[in-house]
Amino acid sequence: MKNPRWNPYVVGVLIGLLSIVTFSVANKPLGMSTGLAQAAGACAMPILGSDQVAANTYWAKTAIPAWDYSTLFLVGTMAGALLSALLCGAFKVSSESSVWIASFGPSKAKRLVAAFLGGIIIMYGARLADGCTSGHGISGCLQLAVSGWLFFIVMFASGILTAKLLYGRSVQA
Amino acid sequence: MMPFLAFLTGSELLWAAVGFGLLFGFLLHRGGVTDFDVIVRLFQFRDFTVLKVMMTAIAVGGVGIAILHGQDLAQYHIKATNLLAVGLGAAIFGVGMVLYGYCPGTGLAAVATGRMDALAGLAGMMVGGIAYALTFDWVAANILPVGAYGKLRLPELLGLPEWVCYAGLVAMAAGIFALVAKAEKKA
Repeated sequence: MKNPRWNPYVVGVLIGLLSIVTFSVANKPLGMSTGLAQAAGACAMPILGSDQVAANTYWAKTAIPAWDYSTLFLVGTMAGALLSALLCGAFKVSSESSVWIASFGPSKAKRLVAAFLGGIIIMYGARLADGCTSGHGISGCLQLAVSGWLFFIVMFASGILTAKLLYGRSVQA
Repeated sequence: MMPFLAFLTGSELLWAAVGFGLLFGFLLHRGGVTDFDVIVRLFQFRDFTVLKVMMTAIAVGGVGIAILHGQDLAQYHIKATNLLAVGLGAAIFGVGMVLYGYCPGTGLAAVATGRMDALAGLAGMMVGGIAYALTFDWVAANILPVGAYGKLRLPELLGLPEWVCYAGLVAMAAGIFALVAKAEKKA
C-alpha cells in the first residue's frame, strides 16, 4: 500500500479554500461541536424524554436536535473520511496506537474506557468554550476572533501539560 | 441581510452541508490528522502535522475571507469572548483531547475509518453534550458572564488596522513553519 497521506501544507491550503467557499456561498463557518451537541440532544430523548429535551434552555436555543446544516455536515465528514479510507485501503477496525500502548499497555478495554472518558471531557470543554478545534481553532482564528486565539493557546498549553502527565514515560514510542 | 454570494438556501444548503462535510472529512483523513499518534505527538513536539494543517488553513482562509469581507461578499461569524468560559473550556478541552487522542471533528472522521477508540469517545461526547445541556442554566448564570467582552476581534483589541493584523497572521504562520522545519531537521 502506498502512503495515502498528502502533504499537510497542501491539506491546510485545501481546508482554507473550503472554508472560504463555505463562508461565501453558504454563509457558514466550518464547525463540529454544535452539531455534536445537537446529536447529544437526540441521544438524550429516549433517556430523558423528548419533553425534557425540548424544555432544556441549551437544546431549545443553541443546539436544536434536527437534521440541519450543522448535523448534516457531520454526516458528510464521516462519509468523506470513510471514502478516503476505502479508496486507499486504510479502513481497518482497530484501537491500537503506539503512544498509548507505550504508556498503558496493550489492553483494549483500558483504551476504550479512557477514550470514553476523554470524549466526555472534550465535549464538555468544547461546549463551555462554545467551539472546538474547528469552530474556534480554524474558523475563529482565521477571522482574528479573540475567542478563537484564546481557545487555541489555552488548549495547546493544557494539552502539553496533560501529555506530559499521561504519556511522559513514552517519549521514545 | 445575507451576503451577496450566499446563494445557497433551503434544501440546497442541506445538500451543500453534506458535500462540504465530505470534502472536510476526506481532507482530515488524507492529512493524517485522524490518527491518535499524530494528534498526541503534537503536544509532545514530536509531530507537527496538525499544526501545519491548522496554521495553513487559518492563513489561507483568513486572507481569503478578509478579502471577501472587504468587498461585502462574506460575513464574519465571531464567537463571543467570554474569558472564563472560553479559557476554562479550552483547558478542559486540552485534557480531553490528549486522553481521547482526537478532537471532535477528527474523532468523528476516525470513527468512519474503523477506529473503535474514536467510537467509544464519540459515545463519551454524547454524554458530555448531555451533561453540558443539563448544567447549562447554572453555567449561563455563573460562568458565561465572567469577563464577557462580546464579539471581539484582534484588530479592535490591539487597535491596529485590519491589514496589519492579517500581515501579522501570515508572518506568524511563516515563522512557525520555519521553526517547525528547524525542529524536524534536528530530530
